[in-house]
Amino acid sequence: MGTTIKATPEIFGHAENNFFNASSGWKSWAFTLDHKRIGIMYLIGVTTALFLAGVFALVLRSHLWIANSEMLTPAMYNQMFTLHGAVMVFAFIIPSIPAALGNMVLPMMLGAKDVAFPRLNLMSFYLWVIGTGCLLYAILAGYGLDTGWTFYTPYSIETESGVIYATAGAFVLGFSSIFTGINFLVTVNTMRLPGQGWFKLPLFIWSLYATAIIQILATPVLGITLLLLISERLMSIGIFDPRYGGDPVLFQHFFWFYSHPAVYIMILPAMGVISELIAVYSQKRIFGYSFIAFSSVAIALLGFLVWGHHLFTSGQSLVVTLIFSAITFSVAIPSAVKVFNWLATMYKGSILLATPMCYALSFIFLFGIGGLTGLFLGALSTDIHLHDTYFVVAHFHFVMVGGTLTALLGGLFHWWPKMFGRMYNDMLGRVGCFLVFTGFNLTFFPQFVMGSRGMPRRYATYDPEYQIFHQWSTIGAFLLGIGILLAFAVLVYAAFKGPKVGGNPFKAASLEWQSSSPPDFHNFLHKPVMTDPYDFDAMVYDEDLDTYIHREFADPAKVPPRVEPIHH
Amino acid sequence: MADHHDHTSFAHPVSVKLLVTVFVALILLTILTVVSAGQLPRPFGLWVAMGIATVKAALVMLFFMHMFWDKPFNIMAFMSSLLFASLFISMTLMDTGHYQDTIDQFPREPVAQPAAPAQP
Amino acid sequence: MATADPQVHDEHEHGEFIAHHFDNAEQQYDSGKLGIWVFLVTEVLFFSGLFVAYTLYRSHHPEIFDQAHVFLDKWLGGLNTVVLLFSSLTMALGVRYAQLGKNKLVAFFVLITMVCAAVFIGVKAIEYSHKWDQGILVSSAFNYTTVHAVPATAIGKALHISDYLVYLSAIPAILLVGFLIAAVGFTVGGKKILGIFCGCMAITAGGYFLGVVGAQVYMNVTDGGVGGSHASQPILLYAQEDHAADDQAGAVDDHGDANEEHSADDHGSQASHGPDPTKFVRDIGIFFSIYYCMTGLHAFHIIGGIIALAWILWRSLLGQWRSDYFGPVDYVGLYWHLVDLIWIFLFPMLYLID
Repeated sequence: MGTTIKATPEIFGHAENNFFNASSGWKSWAFTLDHKRIGIMYLIGVTTALFLAGVFALVLRSHLWIANSEMLTPAMYNQMFTLHGAVMVFAFIIPSIPAALGNMVLPMMLGAKDVAFPRLNLMSFYLWVIGTGCLLYAILAGYGLDTGWTFYTPYSIETESGVIYATAGAFVLGFSSIFTGINFLVTVNTMRLPGQGWFKLPLFIWSLYATAIIQILATPVLGITLLLLISERLMSIGIFDPRYGGDPVLFQHFFWFYSHPAVYIMILPAMGVISELIAVYSQKRIFGYSFIAFSSVAIALLGFLVWGHHLFTSGQSLVVTLIFSAITFSVAIPSAVKVFNWLATMYKGSILLATPMCYALSFIFLFGIGGLTGLFLGALSTDIHLHDTYFVVAHFHFVMVGGTLTALLGGLFHWWPKMFGRMYNDMLGRVGCFLVFTGFNLTFFPQFVMGSRGMPRRYATYDPEYQIFHQWSTIGAFLLGIGILLAFAVLVYAAFKGPKVGGNPFKAASLEWQSSSPPDFHNFLHKPVMTDPYDFDAMVYDEDLDTYIHREFADPAKVPPRVEPIHH
Repeated sequence: MADHHDHTSFAHPVSVKLLVTVFVALILLTILTVVSAGQLPRPFGLWVAMGIATVKAALVMLFFMHMFWDKPFNIMAFMSSLLFASLFISMTLMDTGHYQDTIDQFPREPVAQPAAPAQP
Repeated sequence: MATADPQVHDEHEHGEFIAHHFDNAEQQYDSGKLGIWVFLVTEVLFFSGLFVAYTLYRSHHPEIFDQAHVFLDKWLGGLNTVVLLFSSLTMALGVRYAQLGKNKLVAFFVLITMVCAAVFIGVKAIEYSHKWDQGILVSSAFNYTTVHAVPATAIGKALHISDYLVYLSAIPAILLVGFLIAAVGFTVGGKKILGIFCGCMAITAGGYFLGVVGAQVYMNVTDGGVGGSHASQPILLYAQEDHAADDQAGAVDDHGDANEEHSADDHGSQASHGPDPTKFVRDIGIFFSIYYCMTGLHAFHIIGGIIALAWILWRSLLGQWRSDYFGPVDYVGLYWHLVDLIWIFLFPMLYLID
């Protein structure tokens, strides 16, 4: 307890001199190497992509309001759902949590000044911009894209739409993702605070690490797949084209070797965020730390062994199908390990139903349903019935939106005061969360029902018997849209006008909360004290700063006695 | 093997002698594989060629790429790529044989006409 | 792990080449090293897709590979293998001298590495242009004929070389001339290091022409080098438009049925050497699709490597390497060795099929 650092607002409280005003001018943002600024630029970018693709979704839902709608032509409908999927997956979900939230907090969680390769980090961001630009160019130039986000051959070879632009965009976005993965993996390996062992890392870091492993091992395969598809379109090389003896199903193997692990790129960081939120807002040591940590790695590795479950009805051989089905079920184990540990963490915790916690609870519910319905699709016999129906659509939206988007919003509300030094309106935040939760369920629950009754996905018209489900779904979609808008409105308002807060308003214990809010350009003005990220008793309230600081920095006369024994 | 007259703990200059020896071994293996091509009965030729290539790759990795002196984590990271690549190859290979007949029966595009000699 | 140094970064004396966010030279080096290894992992998986395609088609259609590989000259491939192996040696030596802080030797060996890379590209240009002349292209465009295209351009006619080679050589030629002029200009203008650098780049561009000339001479000596002595037995006629029905009937198993109806007339069999273009297995073009994808992607990596090596060369000329700061040489070296590693496998897979 003998540090000489005095707890001043500049170090632990609300800092007037911070990374926002460390330099100014547009160049200081466009060429910044600061991970926090890059994270914020990413956040702006992915949010734009989210709103754009969200508008596509609302157009789709409006079209589906009545059974034989003529709002869109069937061709336009095909383009609309393709663009919704492609933009959401490649430009929003995959970079959302790792690149936006991860960039903001990962180095700080390690007590580092920056990621290992700041220039590569900036390059990742610009690759994201270029990739998304290519993807959108397919729309703006009037080519459209109607293959579905999966670009299946042989249709993607034959269609007149802008497959080359879109795949070039996805290719570039893939490299953006790879570089983020390399950066994070190396940063975690080599730039941890001295004394910060692997099991002293916040679980968000573990999940980002597992994500990085997938990004590194799987995304290059997407690169070569799309490169081959581009060559196929430009020169008809024939590798995926049966007219020249090529194998169109091989494309599906290629694509899903990436895209199934990519599903875990989407969900693993979300799980990491939830691990943080549940612990902080229960003010209780996370239950089963090592189980949660290793389950992230297990999910990452198992994710590579299940890609064939996307090919159950594509003519895949029975033996391979059986193997993939069996391994698919095994992914349920680490996922369930996480859910049970979160529940156990909350047990007897002092739960604070702040906005981030509301999102975390929504996540557990929605992810639970998303995960459990996955079992129906992993089982061979039921999959034959459910394949390519709205059941599948509902399933992956429960995981991607109910999981990832919910966790992103929860994480944003959690780290927003850290990044901007200002507090949001908690009540409005919770209203937003309620709208998101309600709207989401209203959108996708009916889709499970109509899917199991045979409503096929990707159809512009449908049998009138499904109309009532589609109408519920459409109402829900708009409600969800309003909820998301409200959530972002609350956040943006808080960033500019919210009341100022100190460095650690939530009594969180991981290292990033030992800085000022907003953090300094170098993240920390002092040497952060290595502490267990879930030892909340290590943080004590400082009246002068109106925030929580580590015991070591507090006035010894005012430090309350430890209630929890120190775990080491 | 490395001559340790370095000032820091992380520089491992490899001796010229070792590097040249490895190079000579690589050249000999290359000559061997070129000469042996087509000389062996059918299943063995492929395996011998790939075996020689693997030995060459191992030499390059161990000595040229300093893997012999590198951190275990770096080696593990790189080796994992081979593991996942072989997983990719083997699982795909297991499946695709199943439907080759369908592909073989698919109508082919007509052969491209030879380009006019004067205008390639 | 790497952050064993307990010193606080603020108290630490930062060296000239240590970025602000690293604690010390070793942490910086370790980070870069792990980063490049992980990057190589992504490279391996990037190529793995092509290896999958290769393995699949070879295991399902060995007859295609039997016939197709005669178009690849194993001596040219072998020459390129030796060139790349030698460049790996010089790269490894470059890394060694960077670790010892001997910048001039680093520059020397990196230059040789670059020249080897350029020679490799030169040989590849000969191989490619020769195949394009004969219509040995990707699946959809494959239209092999033994009649060589007559060069249309003036240079092509004068030297009896492929027009494609002329096109391919345009950029190296521009680079050669441009760098030569720049080298002279900078040297005269007193910017000695820039002059040397441009001179080195010109030598590298010259390496391309060394490769081209060497391989062209070899091609002329061996009369095209294609097919010839060890052409294997054709198995099935290349399916023609009007025989699509036969194919649909599943003709692959009984390879004989389409043969008789086909006299070798359609394509003009004025073959002086090489396999009869009418007698190919169906889908032979797939092999060349894979060949062009693999070697093309590899060639792109070689070109990328030359650019990276140029950056190393420049910094060597500036004398920036020290025994505690040689990371970039090491990293580019690792990349270069990986490009070599991939070729070590591509060579027997494509050129040495028995």
